[in-house]
Amino acid sequence: MNYNWEWGIYLAAEPGGTGIYIKYLVIGLGWTLATALAAWVIALAIGLVVGTLRTTPHKWVVRLGNAYVEVFRNVPLIVQMFLWFFVVPELLPKALGDWVKQMAPPWGSYLPAVMCLGLYTSVRVAEQVKAGIGSLPRGQGMAGTALGLTLGQNYRFVQLPQALRIVLPPLTSEFMNVIKNSSVALTIGLLELTGRARAMQEFSFKVFEAFAAATVIYLLTNLVVVFAMRALEKKVQVPGLISASPTAGAH
Amino acid sequence: MFAGYDFDVIQRSWVYLFRDGMTFTLTLTALAMVGGIFFGTLLAMMRLSRFSILSYAAGGYVNLMRSLPLVLVIFWFFFLVPYIGAWLIGAKDPVKVGSFMSCLITFTMFEAAYYCEIMRAGIQSVARGQVWAGYALGLNYWLTMGKIVLPQAFRNMLPVLLTQTVILFQDTSLVYVISATDFLGAAAKVANRDYRLVEMYTFVAAVYFIISFSLSLLVKQLQSRIAIIR
Repeated sequence: MNYNWEWGIYLAAEPGGTGIYIKYLVIGLGWTLATALAAWVIALAIGLVVGTLRTTPHKWVVRLGNAYVEVFRNVPLIVQMFLWFFVVPELLPKALGDWVKQMAPPWGSYLPAVMCLGLYTSVRVAEQVKAGIGSLPRGQGMAGTALGLTLGQNYRFVQLPQALRIVLPPLTSEFMNVIKNSSVALTIGLLELTGRARAMQEFSFKVFEAFAAATVIYLLTNLVVVFAMRALEKKVQVPGLISASPTAGAH
Repeated sequence: MFAGYDFDVIQRSWVYLFRDGMTFTLTLTALAMVGGIFFGTLLAMMRLSRFSILSYAAGGYVNLMRSLPLVLVIFWFFFLVPYIGAWLIGAKDPVKVGSFMSCLITFTMFEAAYYCEIMRAGIQSVARGQVWAGYALGLNYWLTMGKIVLPQAFRNMLPVLLTQTVILFQDTSLVYVISATDFLGAAAKVANRDYRLVEMYTFVAAVYFIISFSLSLLVKQLQSRIAIIR
């Protein structure tokens, strides 16, 4: 291969004047994590509610929940990203829309990216929560009813505490998906890790060094997340159950 | 909110969107599915092989692909494929590769990792006695796999393979990052030319929704039809 490798490039200064390239990429990782974590909070909150609602006995609530899931699952992530970035500000009341459009550079892309990833991931969390509640023995809910608990109390004290501990392992792979999916935010101008690797390649013409660095950083991040979540899983495992292994996640 | 909605821009451009853009998207999806399932099955057979070098190599490849964002992989292959091509044919300079070819190689190699995991589960779902029966009949490894194990594995996993293909169909929209003219790329070009972002992107979202939703309904129907009652 006729390619001139130049591994010293990481220590060269990037043209934006923020320091050397490796620092530029690590700040990118920071934005990746900041986006993924904020989106994860939204996804957990909405996914928990929607997933629970889809197991209630109310037919119309279940239908609404299903419709929500189908809408966000059947539109590609990048298209949703464009909807949040280009379309939503136009549909908001004029003053609010203008405010969103005029936000200072990283925030103008960060906010739509977080909203988009949060809702996109929430339907996947909702699916897992629904499956978790469905995997409980039916007697659990019946026993709650027999004790005189209302539907809300039944979820709050009997079903959700068990279901959440069961769905934690599959949620780990969903969290890794959020980290990976946050790279799509580069299309709306958020300079996260992949976006910065791409920018570094354009500034320095060192294509493979730039992407190799991003690859290594993603792999290390994955390792850290896997180990942290494994420790957490061990802590919350329901005693006496063969713990469910994480399923192959979509991307 | 739809007061200023300009339906005319969709009417003017839909022929271009579907003829150029959707053809690209669908061809890419179909070819990448075939290639991905082919290489995915090979990878799955390697992962389950008793030669540990093969299973480690396949496992490493699959885990690497599954830990990286698709956008990064698209960039990798976009720049790497010309060099690999030059190396293969012994040329001195990187060969020129069209954006469709580059996308096809990327999606085949990337999706192979995901199809591999599905096929691995499929092969493992076949009863072990089937393999022994094959060997007892005097069939070798390839015949046992090809005539006995894989047909059953495919049947068991068909709904999951198709669900993954619907995901692949949606993922092909990411070729936008290397400016390929798929359905989204074509719409983005019209949107920026005519400054009709709201109209074009809502239209694109609706089209993607209708296609993916109908496909996933079909998969669900198929699933209930071909499920083997044990």
